[in-house]
Amino acid sequence: MLVLIAAHAAVAALLPALAPRAGRAVWWVAALVPLATLVWAAALTPGVLDGDTPVEHFGWAPSLGLEVVLRLDALSLLMTVIVSGVGAAVLFYGARYTSEGHGRESALLLAFAGVMLGLVTADNLLVLYVFWELTTVVSFLLIAGRGRTREHRQAAQQALVVTTGGGLAMLLGFVMLGETAGTYRISELVADPPDGGYVPAALVLVLVGVFTKSAQFPLHGWLPAAMVAPTTVSAYLHAAAMVKAGVYLTARLAPGFADTEPWRPLVLTVGLLSLVLGAWRALWESDLKRVLAYGTISELGLLIALFGYGTRNSALAGEVMLLAHATFKASLFLITGLVEHHTGTREIGRLSGLGRRRPVLLALAALAAASMAGLPPLVGYLGHEAYFDAFWNAARQGPGAGEEWVLAALVAGSTLTVAYAVRYLWGAFASRPGAEPTPQEDPGDRAPGMAVPIAALVTATVALGVWYPGTETLTEPYADRLPSPQKPYHLALWHGLSPALGLSAAALAAGLLLYRLRPALAALRERAPRAPDAQKGYRRTEQGLDRAALGFTRRTQVGSLPVYLTVLLTTVLVVPGTALLLRDTPFTAPPLWASAIQVPLGVVVLTAAVTLARVRRRLSAALLAGAVGYGVAGLFLVQGAPDLALTQLLVETLTLVIIVLVLRGLPAHLGPRRARPRTRRLRLALSAAAGTLVALLAVAASAARRDPAVSAYYTEHVKEAGAHNVVNAIIVDFRAMDTLGEIAVLLVAAIGVGALILLPAGAREAAGAPVRSRPPAADRYPDTARWGVPQDRWLPEAENMPAHDRLIMLEVVTRLLFPSILVLSVYLLYSGHLRPGGGFAGGLVAGQAFTLRYLVGGRIDVAFAGRVDPRVIAGAGLALAATAGLAPIAFGGEPLATALPSVTLPVFGHLELSTSVVFDTGVYLLVVGVCLKLLAAMGPAQAPVEEAPRPSGGEPGGESGGESGGAGQSVPSDAPGSRGR
Amino acid sequence: MTTLDLTSAVVVGGLFAVGFHLLLQRSLMRLLFGFLVLGHSTNLLILLAAGPPGRPPVTGHGQDKASFADPLPQAMALTAIVITFGISILLLALVYRGWLMLGHDEVRDDVEDRRLGESEHPRRPGDAAGEPGETPERTTRETTRETPGKGEER
Repeated sequence: MLVLIAAHAAVAALLPALAPRAGRAVWWVAALVPLATLVWAAALTPGVLDGDTPVEHFGWAPSLGLEVVLRLDALSLLMTVIVSGVGAAVLFYGARYTSEGHGRESALLLAFAGVMLGLVTADNLLVLYVFWELTTVVSFLLIAGRGRTREHRQAAQQALVVTTGGGLAMLLGFVMLGETAGTYRISELVADPPDGGYVPAALVLVLVGVFTKSAQFPLHGWLPAAMVAPTTVSAYLHAAAMVKAGVYLTARLAPGFADTEPWRPLVLTVGLLSLVLGAWRALWESDLKRVLAYGTISELGLLIALFGYGTRNSALAGEVMLLAHATFKASLFLITGLVEHHTGTREIGRLSGLGRRRPVLLALAALAAASMAGLPPLVGYLGHEAYFDAFWNAARQGPGAGEEWVLAALVAGSTLTVAYAVRYLWGAFASRPGAEPTPQEDPGDRAPGMAVPIAALVTATVALGVWYPGTETLTEPYADRLPSPQKPYHLALWHGLSPALGLSAAALAAGLLLYRLRPALAALRERAPRAPDAQKGYRRTEQGLDRAALGFTRRTQVGSLPVYLTVLLTTVLVVPGTALLLRDTPFTAPPLWASAIQVPLGVVVLTAAVTLARVRRRLSAALLAGAVGYGVAGLFLVQGAPDLALTQLLVETLTLVIIVLVLRGLPAHLGPRRARPRTRRLRLALSAAAGTLVALLAVAASAARRDPAVSAYYTEHVKEAGAHNVVNAIIVDFRAMDTLGEIAVLLVAAIGVGALILLPAGAREAAGAPVRSRPPAADRYPDTARWGVPQDRWLPEAENMPAHDRLIMLEVVTRLLFPSILVLSVYLLYSGHLRPGGGFAGGLVAGQAFTLRYLVGGRIDVAFAGRVDPRVIAGAGLALAATAGLAPIAFGGEPLATALPSVTLPVFGHLELSTSVVFDTGVYLLVVGVCLKLLAAMGPAQAPVEEAPRPSGGEPGGESGGESGGAGQSVPSDAPGSRGR
Repeated sequence: MTTLDLTSAVVVGGLFAVGFHLLLQRSLMRLLFGFLVLGHSTNLLILLAAGPPGRPPVTGHGQDKASFADPLPQAMALTAIVITFGISILLLALVYRGWLMLGHDEVRDDVEDRRLGESEHPRRPGDAAGEPGETPERTTRETTRETPGKGEER
């Protein structure tokens, strides 16, 4: 089955490519696939009818319980035969009917056949749902066509919105059913249906999905609207296959759930209402396709009621009607297409005299319509007899669930069906008195090609009736699984003078009479008040939703970030705040402090933070933010986290340096406070409340803890990672995947910074300076820094600085410290596994060393010292970490696994080294590269300062003029005064 | 029982309050500082939630493992510190770029957001006229967007 579904998809994917060369022939290629499915199904039929159920199983994500299970039992087989049989006929028909877009149309129809095959064989609720929605999507594409007219687009959109809406409800119902039963396998669910709890609600939700898909009142509006689609689509999707999905699901679930409230009342009410109202509406439509569409709604209601009632005899009648409807309704649609092909119209008022000139077509149509009206010896008659018999007997001796009303509705429905069948036939083919015969276009040689598939379908509707034992063999196995309160009914053309025969005859006579009386009724109908129209209801709902959405957007999207944040924060306050207030465990008094040193540290942190909120100078704010960070690092240390404190200190320093560097390009003062006092008070109150909430939550959360920490595992197994420092082991070993992601984020952020600062686009391009070009290597570095020239001076750039900017002490200290700091950074990297440190700390320390050089020698010096493009270093770091993570696969291990090779060297003694050091080295390199990249980016950031005469101690801010920007990337090599730093 | 001491709770609460206060302002630079402070306070909160202070989680000196501070929140906070650094620097670059391109570093109201809500109903003027009865609807459904002559393909 999986292979067949895949074949549908594969051939469908190929067809558009074939179409330009093959033209119409693609339809025949397409038709072969459902034909093959039909043959396959026929080969399996004897076995399946004997009770075999071939099952195919494909474990997609078994650990999540997600599996694709396909199962072919008698019901699925019946549907498969319908889907592939009608599919093949429609595709053959399409070859002659369709005049353009062969590739697209045939591919979509074939894909639809495949999806439908999946739907009727799926044995897992979720798989079924996926196929269900796929039919919706394909149907959207088929109805919309190329979306040329508004009508097409609207019809497609309506079908999509309504059926996906129902589908969503159904998904919810599926999940409720599956979770209650503990299985998503349909066969298991039906064999052992869950009870109570969510099940009634779940069934209602599933049935909502069924009713939307099968276009039941009052959700039927999309189906008549969808008649804008080509006839092939209407015949296949809107008669034989897609709308049957709802019927199929009803039949699938009825054996398990028919007795669960509120299944039966709901199914019977909606189904029979649709039966009568749909047939009534069909009587008044003037477009042949819309007559059929309303007729389909009516028949689908009948089918849902028959299957949903859930006894053997009703199900048998349902199956026969299912076969009947697929054959006669599909052929009637195809006939309509041919009529339109001949005459260019399908309006009843404009057709006249067609039957006289197209006797073969008339005969085919008459047979199909007779089957629809339930005339012997056609299969429709078998169905009518079966359901009349079933409900006659049920009404006489049944449990008394209103069967007599059902019977009345069935008779009314049959009567109306006869009437609209006659209307269709007369409307399409009869000669109207006083009307000219409709002019016909020359059909050419295309009509026979279209008539053959119609003839095949009509033959089926005849054969299934005449050869009723065969029909019964095909339909009985499913029906026999249902309870049979009455004597099992058997299909036959002649049961003697039974009540069912009487009801059939009465319906036929009444239907003919109704058709005769139609003109009189029409006048009556004109005067009667109109019932609310479903289509109008849909439009109103749609427009109302649009308006509501706009109104909501207008009220909520005011465009102000502080307002948005206020709303978010208020939500945070209200929701968890309420939970906090309502909790049952009371607060116990917390200890004043865990360690006395926390108090001075806390005072420093809070003082700095509060002052930070009040200052207006940017530089002060940056320094205060740094102070907060250092204080927090101290608190980390107290808490017992030296790694964290170390990293925090280093990061804080680097942040501070970079902020200060950038600040030189910005005005000294933060913007004026322009908020109104009321806003300010609100802001203050809100943030104070939020702070209090967080503090209380922290206390409550720490009090609520019951279980021991999960990290005991890491502490126990840290030896296996060859480490002593558990934190570092977690970072580079236990949770190395997180670290890999993290360093990637860091790299991306650094690249983003580079892009944002190095390319202040407009100004530089306007100035005519090449934006991205790098100067040739010879110019990039001063002479002293070039290869091959003796490098006898340390910090060559420092000498190019203006004298009043040089800090001799700093230069000397840098000269002394730079190598030592680098050594320290490498030490931190390699000792990180045993003691506080690690790749991050080491990389950051190395970054500080370069920062120091930057402060002394400027950007060029850093570039010189780094020598390699920082992006290359950072990228190499990421690559190294990733390679180290992947390498174990080559040795048959898990990704990111660690090995502990050990060597004994003469001098060093026994050495044990963890391979995770390689990973950590990658982290180290990446951090160094990122630091260098940031420093490199900061040069242009201070570009505005360069051109201006350096004010002594004044505000370093300035405008970013066009000309000053030019110095950004293309660093001049000669003028010492213009060197950036 | 409550393991969090009052001092730490006050510090975390105070830092969050300051962070939110800065975040609610219109100056991008203050937003950035707010972000930094919130980062600090969140990291501190993660660490404090793990339990009372303990010994650094470094084995190998015959220490009692029960006295260790919880290493997992430390590793998480360490990751968070580095990412906060990356994001703050990116924000900083945005501030700088904004200053360079716009000449100010303020969050102004987003005009596009408002326009979204004020736009008129974009589709279907007077659509309810289409009555799906005896007359087909298609003739009432022409729009100006469609090219004449290309419509109505049945």
